[in-house]
Amino acid sequence: MSGHEFQSFFPESGTVDMTDTTTNIDDTTFAELRQLASRYPEARSALLPMLHLVQSVDGRISPAGIEACAEVLGITAAQVSGVATFYTMYRRRPGGKHHIGVCTTALCAVMGGDALLEQVSEKLGIQPDETTPDGKFSLERLECNAACDFAPVMMVNWEFMDNMTPDKAQKLIDDLAADAEVKSTRGATITSWREAERVLAGFPDGRADEGPSAGEASLLGKSIADEKGWAAPKGGKS
Amino acid sequence: MVDKLTPVLSANWGTDNSWKLATHQAAGGYQAVAKALKMTPAAVTDVVKDSGLRGRGGAGFPTGMKWSFVPKDNPNPKYLVVNADESEPGTCKDMPLLLASPHTLVEGMIIASYAINCHTAFVYIRGEVLHVHRRMQQAVAEAYAAGYLGKNILGSGYDLDIVVHAGAGAYICGEETALLDSLEGRRGQPRLRPPFPAVAGLYASPTVINNVESIASVPSILNNGAEWFGSMGTEKSKGYTLYSLSGHVARPGQFEAPLGITLRELLDLAGGVREGHELKFWTPGGSSTPILTAEHLDVPLDYEGMAGAGTMLGTKALQIFDETTSVVRTTLRWTEFYKHESCGKCTPCREGNWWMVQMLRKFEAGQAAVGDVDKLLDVASNIGGKSFCALADGAVACVTSAIRHFRSEFEDGYSTPAWELFPYGRSALFEVPETQGAHA
Amino acid sequence: MSVVTKPEQGAVVVETVTLTIDGIEVTVPKGTLAIRAAETVGIAIPRFCDHPLLDPQGACRQCMVEIPDMGNGRGFPKPQASCTIEVAPGMQIKTQRTSEVAEKAQRGMLELLLINHPLDCPICDKGGECPLQNQAMSNGGGTSRYDGVKRTFPKPVSLSAQILLDRERCVLCARCTRFSEQIAGDPFIALVERGALQQIGRYADQPYDSYFSGNVVQICPVGALTSAAYRFTSRPFDLVSTSVTCEHCASGCQLRADHRHGVVRRRLAGEAPQVNEEWNCDKGRFAFVSGRGDDRLSTPLVREDGELRPASWPEAIDAAVAGLTAAGNSSGVLTGGRLTMEDAYGYAKFARAILGTNNIDFRARPIGVGEAAFLAQEVAGRTLAQAVTYTDLENAGQVVLVGFEPEEESPIIFLRLRKAVRKKGLSVTALAAFLSNGNAKLKAKLVATVPGAEADAVADLKLAAGDVILVGERAALAPGALSAVVEAAAKAGARFAWVPRRAGERGAIEAGCLPTLLPGARPVADVAARVDVASHWGSETLPPLEGLDAPSMFAAVTAGELEALVIAGVELSDFADANAAREAVAAAEFVVSLETRFSEVTELADVVFPVALIEERAGTFLNWEHRVGRVNTVVKQVNAPMTDLRVLAALADAMGTPLGVRTSGQARAELAELGTWDQPIKAEAASRTRGRAAKKSKSADGELVKLATWRMLLDGGRGQDGEVALAATAKPSVARISPTLASTLGVGDGEVITITSDAGWYSLAVSITEGMTEGTVWVPMNSPGTPIGELGVVHGDDVALSLGGAE
Ligand SMILES: Cc1cc2nc3c(=O)[nH]c(=O)nc-3n(C[C@H](O)[C@H](O)[C@H](O)COP(=O)(O)O)c2cc1C
Ligand code: SF4
Ligand code: FES
Repeated sequence: MSGHEFQSFFPESGTVDMTDTTTNIDDTTFAELRQLASRYPEARSALLPMLHLVQSVDGRISPAGIEACAEVLGITAAQVSGVATFYTMYRRRPGGKHHIGVCTTALCAVMGGDALLEQVSEKLGIQPDETTPDGKFSLERLECNAACDFAPVMMVNWEFMDNMTPDKAQKLIDDLAADAEVKSTRGATITSWREAERVLAGFPDGRADEGPSAGEASLLGKSIADEKGWAAPKGGKS
Repeated sequence: MVDKLTPVLSANWGTDNSWKLATHQAAGGYQAVAKALKMTPAAVTDVVKDSGLRGRGGAGFPTGMKWSFVPKDNPNPKYLVVNADESEPGTCKDMPLLLASPHTLVEGMIIASYAINCHTAFVYIRGEVLHVHRRMQQAVAEAYAAGYLGKNILGSGYDLDIVVHAGAGAYICGEETALLDSLEGRRGQPRLRPPFPAVAGLYASPTVINNVESIASVPSILNNGAEWFGSMGTEKSKGYTLYSLSGHVARPGQFEAPLGITLRELLDLAGGVREGHELKFWTPGGSSTPILTAEHLDVPLDYEGMAGAGTMLGTKALQIFDETTSVVRTTLRWTEFYKHESCGKCTPCREGNWWMVQMLRKFEAGQAAVGDVDKLLDVASNIGGKSFCALADGAVACVTSAIRHFRSEFEDGYSTPAWELFPYGRSALFEVPETQGAHA
Repeated sequence: MSVVTKPEQGAVVVETVTLTIDGIEVTVPKGTLAIRAAETVGIAIPRFCDHPLLDPQGACRQCMVEIPDMGNGRGFPKPQASCTIEVAPGMQIKTQRTSEVAEKAQRGMLELLLINHPLDCPICDKGGECPLQNQAMSNGGGTSRYDGVKRTFPKPVSLSAQILLDRERCVLCARCTRFSEQIAGDPFIALVERGALQQIGRYADQPYDSYFSGNVVQICPVGALTSAAYRFTSRPFDLVSTSVTCEHCASGCQLRADHRHGVVRRRLAGEAPQVNEEWNCDKGRFAFVSGRGDDRLSTPLVREDGELRPASWPEAIDAAVAGLTAAGNSSGVLTGGRLTMEDAYGYAKFARAILGTNNIDFRARPIGVGEAAFLAQEVAGRTLAQAVTYTDLENAGQVVLVGFEPEEESPIIFLRLRKAVRKKGLSVTALAAFLSNGNAKLKAKLVATVPGAEADAVADLKLAAGDVILVGERAALAPGALSAVVEAAAKAGARFAWVPRRAGERGAIEAGCLPTLLPGARPVADVAARVDVASHWGSETLPPLEGLDAPSMFAAVTAGELEALVIAGVELSDFADANAAREAVAAAEFVVSLETRFSEVTELADVVFPVALIEERAGTFLNWEHRVGRVNTVVKQVNAPMTDLRVLAALADAMGTPLGVRTSGQARAELAELGTWDQPIKAEAASRTRGRAAKKSKSADGELVKLATWRMLLDGGRGQDGEVALAATAKPSVARISPTLASTLGVGDGEVITITSDAGWYSLAVSITEGMTEGTVWVPMNSPGTPIGELGVVHGDDVALSLGGAE
């Protein structure tokens, strides 16, 4: 068993949650959506960033968000919906303040990711794709997050949490639950999923200078080379 | 004699504030831009062509040649799109590069854009890597402020804008035509070819799409010359590249070395397979490249060497699995990945992965029927080479290569669950409590 | 008559490619797709996503072939999708017939397509005409090796009131979404989700209300898309198909009408490459049940003591003959524009040869000054060879729309224009009060034109040779617009075509249903023309004076100057002044009505004859191109209902002068024999017809503005009666005004305003429309709840606007 069921019946697929019509989208949001659209030679190119912005404002892809994007870009809501339901980062239901991801693609799974997911799921009391009732956490089973040399890998609000162990995972969740300061191993101090979505939309948060240049694994080859005195040939004529 | 490891891209990753413009400039950054802008675009392309640089995104297509395909007489604007979608399982080189050294990419993008007469370039970065976006956004802002981007760059009369763009979770958007659709604000599904992107790509205009590492290699080539680049690597696989070791190795990480190094050499440097264990199988370039075994430790890790071994160099993502690992389990997980990431456009990939996952689940659970290995292979043969894009070929490659090397382990799935043959806890890097980690 | 001949079409040299398919040599035009090249030699390669009129998709992968030689000695290493491969000289293609590789690929693909497909063929509408079913038989394996669980979704979802989707049947060929986006320009359905979960979806708050939505049901290669109208009503193998021409508009679509047990169960788009290609609109597809209500006339009726009562045919004929004979040539004939050309001819001849009058008019709609002259000089007698055609539209440099909204008024013209815009860079210019959604889909350039000011706008147009002006029937209401079109076209060497809305109008002109024109474009005023017709008909003489047009007939009746009316297929509410029409019909000495259903006219008539429905008769329609479209009898019955022709012939017989024709075949033959008048028309020939000048409203209550209006494709027209799902997809009625006018009135989007004329008022929600001409209000002309025509105003008239709903 792979630790999860094979799903074959899809009762709620095909759309975002139309029963929840709440929204925080206001004139400022519209202005920002238009600003994103203006960054590209053709406005529709901004749709993915615009949907990230919708998530940062509404905590999910809301019906109002879909309609706003359609209006700004002059396309149909069905077209926006087709895009919003294609990409896994867009959530149908409100995400938690902190969005926890555990990688369980082959390599991470084998190296402990499966166990980590089970542990985190138990600790939070939710299954992947669910949000805790207090709205603090949402959980996701991740596919490979391009950090395999740091396996097993977890992500918090799309910040790297490298070389995870059960103890580290335990502490991570406890600290986040207690609003204690948590730092990504190769990133900034953790803020919230919605703030992260705003950066992805293309509105920087001024935290680029936090965190290290690189993790230990990234530097391994370079440090061995330094140790051995190896280097690329000296530049020749050009 | 060239050294075993040749850090170029990764040379300054350890420096404090390596991602800042000042740090990059202190190490000679942006000199290549100044140099290129004094050359003709054709001359820049020629240097890259002569260097023998081949695409580092997986397919290994000669980079300079790709640039030269951009039609000069097409009146539409030209575009450069950097593929920073890095989502192929095992692949983890572009993200550290962008975190530590985003200016190397910006610099390469300016040169490449100049060479193809492009005035708007894009970096399409997968969404799930927040800090990478921050570093790249900042690097681009710094470059504008310093006059490396915008109007009349360094007084050359050349203008360039760079847009940093976030994906939103879809492996298929690494496939270049799906990436273009995604960058146009659509569902990331691959496009028919022809027309090829060089002729009609983004907004139906001539477009060059290159991997992060390919473009980041360009400044060093401009600075040091084509010959210098060719002095590393082999006859047909020239230059240095990033190899990523992960999995059951003592010290996983990035190794920048000339093409043609072997896994044995790399493993030596990485301290070997994790203590007390031995190599069982490995991928040369991500999960889409057919797996290899200990038999292939001495095959050169270059395009030709890997092709000779019936696989591909791919992204040079060397995932190492030791003898505790169930090959059925990893194959299932990879197939689940492809099922999850199949875009759904074409029948064989959409339906085939759905079916293969169910079959492999039975193998894992020891519930497959006698003969199912051949059925699986036959179903795979109806998927591979029949699909719209290469994603499904990758999906099939991991299944067929696993069966090729480990058929009997699959046949064990007729009767015995994989977790009994390979207790899963043993593969983990840490003690897995009895109650956790399925079938520990 | 001025005949504009077509610009010389240079002989196009088609470059060809020769290749072999399964060893057979094939020569096809360069650029042909392999799958299509194979068709030319009778080799059918199975396919699902491929559709010749949609952009290639290559998604289903069913059409795989082996290509051992691309024409350069090298082969493709893998099988290729033949629907996306262009042929090359010397290419060798091996299909499933000769290649094991191709055969296995196809068999494997069918297996994969079927693993998640339900085995519900026995209850599926498509069963029996299903490409998946057929190809599974011809190219699939005998059994499935799949032992997993099938993907399932809850019950069918409604894409609109009309279109339903059963997701598990869908093979994701994207034909429907490509059709909607590429052909119709209505991307209200889209692929949603991804991977194995990918499906077709709509946005919950925006149904798939497209005028062309029914086409997706037809092109769906499985039973995933069905229509509420036809779902579960019959099995394809129980149906009998007849080719017909659509009776709704002047596009002239060829349709296929399928009936079972004498009842038409569905209509499909036929294949007419030069006309509707393989598409039609939802009105043509679904609106065919209006004759099935309980208002269908089944027996003749005769008025007795003020009351209509059922009567026998002889009784009714006697009554009609008595009335008509008494009136003699103090009669008029109104034919409504929906008749076949043969029926129209019957009325034209009946009026002249039997009643002895030229008082005949087919225009049951607002008509303008000079329209009849324009029709006589520029339209009548024109042949297909001389006329602008669909193909000409496709190849034009620019198409200008004057008083014409293609998507609403002739949807197949819309589709063809859209195709040319997409594929050939056609530029469209619209002279209208605002840029309609349909014209926006044509990327049309709007020349904002206040209703009534069309003539000036036409004069200012930049035209070039090769351009085409499409002028709608509404243009006649704008003073001078028609002649401006003629002049502008002549000056630039451009061409123009007149596009009426109704299917029978073009044929009615040819048949002689104008007061100024005899059959075959013969001017009444021309004695030679009269003599010519009279000799053909064996009549001694024909009435020499030009007749009255419809409004003039009403005026004459009301003034006691005209006694009898013969009315066929007319709704009184369709006239510019509906009340004047009602008054006249009520006041007339004697009224004979030929109708299929009870109507305002039958209520007022003295004698009513029930006539056959369109599916019960044969004949032809002439479309806007002047192309002949055959109407074939779909439902053949032993006691076939009477056609208009038969009733007229019976009346004529009883009046002592045989009509000479009683079947559509005879009528067609006689009309053909008459031929077209080839003498020039004298300029003054048509000058006597009366028109109607723009009305100045006296009611100063509110803001006086110009009225812009036209009929929507789906509206209150009685031909659409009975099709509930279709009606539910119609556009809601709104009143459009410019932002400036809205602020002058102090009205916001969605708020209600009231439109008032001397005859009454209607209240509608406002839609504030950017780019709209100032001082103008647009409202749909005949939409349910707001039949603006009832206000006695037409396009270009003044109406008063006021805030809020009136009580
Ligand atoms: C399914 C699939 C996923 C891919 N993912 C990536 C990717 O994440 N990054 C990348 O650079 N190339 C990826 N590629 C390869 C690209 O299509 C393309 O070949 C490459 O970006 C070209 O750049 P290069 O010539 O510099 O290597 C992928 C290809 C396929 C078929
Ligand atoms: S192989 Fe087909 S379904 Fe799979 S990702 Fe490519 S196009 Fe999409
Ligand atoms: S018909 Fe060719 S791929 Fe669908």
